Amino acid sequence: MPPHDIPHDDFIDHASHERSLPNGRQALRVGIGGPVGCGKTTLVGSLCSLLRDELSVVVVTNDIFTSEDADALRESAVLPDDRIVAVETGCCPHTAIRDDIAANLDAVEGLEERHGDVDLTLVESGGDNLTAIFSRGLVDVQIFVLDTAGGDDVPRKGGPGVSMADLLVINKVDLAQYVGSDVEAMLHDAGERRDGRPVLATSLVDQQGASDVAEWITTQIAAYRA
Amino acid sequence: MHAALMMLVDGRFPAGGHTNSAGVEAAVRVGDIRDEPSLRRYLTGRLATTGIVDAAFSAHTAGLAPPFDEQLIALGLEYSARVPSPNLRDVSTRFGRQMLRAGAQVWSSPLLDAVASGQPGVHQPLILGAIAQAAGGTPNDAALLSLHHLAAAVTSAAIRLLGLDPMSVAAMQAEMSEQIDACANDADLWAGACPADLPANSGSLTEILAEDHGRWDARLFVA
Repeated sequence: MPPHDIPHDDFIDHASHERSLPNGRQALRVGIGGPVGCGKTTLVGSLCSLLRDELSVVVVTNDIFTSEDADALRESAVLPDDRIVAVETGCCPHTAIRDDIAANLDAVEGLEERHGDVDLTLVESGGDNLTAIFSRGLVDVQIFVLDTAGGDDVPRKGGPGVSMADLLVINKVDLAQYVGSDVEAMLHDAGERRDGRPVLATSLVDQQGASDVAEWITTQIAAYRA
Repeated sequence: MHAALMMLVDGRFPAGGHTNSAGVEAAVRVGDIRDEPSLRRYLTGRLATTGIVDAAFSAHTAGLAPPFDEQLIALGLEYSARVPSPNLRDVSTRFGRQMLRAGAQVWSSPLLDAVASGQPGVHQPLILGAIAQAAGGTPNDAALLSLHHLAAAVTSAAIRLLGLDPMSVAAMQAEMSEQIDACANDADLWAGACPADLPANSGSLTEILAEDHGRWDARLFVA
C-alpha cells in the first residue's frame, strides 16, 4: 500500500488516551520498581498502612530471595498473611516483571481471584538496574523509586525506569545532606528526562512520608474507574 | 520444525520457564552439582528418569484425538502417581497454569479448549503436549520439546547459580544431543500407549530434594 493510502487513523494512538481496566477487572495493578536498597519494601509497607482502611489491597513481592520482602511486610503486620505472595524470579528480577511475566501474573490473578474485592494490587520488583521496567501485561501503572544515597546523578543517567515510569519517587531526601546529594538537581534532571510526568520527593522514616504517593495511587484508581 | 513450534523451543516464550531450575538449586546446595562433570551427571540422571516420564506424557497428549475430557483426567491421575513429592506435583500444576495462560492466548485447538475449560490443576507436561499439538507439532516434537526444556532449565540454572562458563556448558549440552534425541525415540509408541503403561521412571533423591527445597525460606527458583 502506498504511504498516502494508509488511513491516518492508523497513526493515532487510541490506547494512550484510554484509561480503563481490561475485562471488567476492579483491581488497579501498580508496579513498584527501582534499584536495590532504594526503599521499595518500605514504600509498599507504608502504602499498605495508609490505604488498607479505604481499599482492599494485595501485594506480590519479587525479592531475590523468595520470602524476605514478604516476611518483612508480614512482620510489620501491614496486611494479613493471605494478602501477600512472594514470587521466585530465577535470579532474574527484570525478566520476571518484563519479558516473562508468567509467575507474577499467576500470583496476581490468584490473589485477586481469592479475595474477590481487590481494589489495589501492588507488585514490588526485586532490586534491579536502571533498565528494568514493568510489562504492560503485568501492571496498569508503575512507580520507579530512586534514593538520594544512590547518587544524585542517577536521574540524569535516565533509562526506561526513570524516563517512562508513570511516577518517579526520589526517596531518602532526609539522607541527602549526609551523602552530599543535591535533591534539587535530582528533581530538575528527573523533570527533564520525564517529559512532564510527575516526580515526588519522599522520606519514609514514618508512614506519612508516603502520603503523597498514596494520594497519587488513589487518583489513578479514580481515573481508571471514571 | 516450523516457526510456530520454534517459539516453544525458545526460552523467551513467556511461560515462566526461567524460574525453574529442575532441581539444580537444591542439588547445588547439597553439593551434588559443583562443576561441569557433576552437572553432566545430574542432567544424565534427570533425562533418564523424570525426563523420560515428562516427555512420554507430553508425547501422549500431543497425539490425543477427541473426546478429550476423560483421557485428560486419566492422564492427570497417571502423572500424579509418578511424582511422589507433593511439592513437585504442586509446582507442575503451577507451571502448567502459567504455560496454558500464555499458550491459550497464542494458539487455539479443540484439545487446548478442552484443557482450558476442564478441571483446573493440569500438569505441565500435558499442557506442553496440548500446546505443541495446537502449534502443529507431532508427539515426537512434543517429547523433544519437553527434553530440551529440561536440559535448558538444568544448564541455565547451573550457569546462574555457579557462574559456570556458558560456552563450555553449551558445548556439553551439544555433546549430549544424541542422548537427548534417543530419549524421544519411543514418542510414537507413547502416543499410542494406554496412559497406565507410560514410563514410570523415577529417582528418589529428586523427590526428596524437591520436598526439602519447597520448605526453604529463601529460594531463587520455584523448583
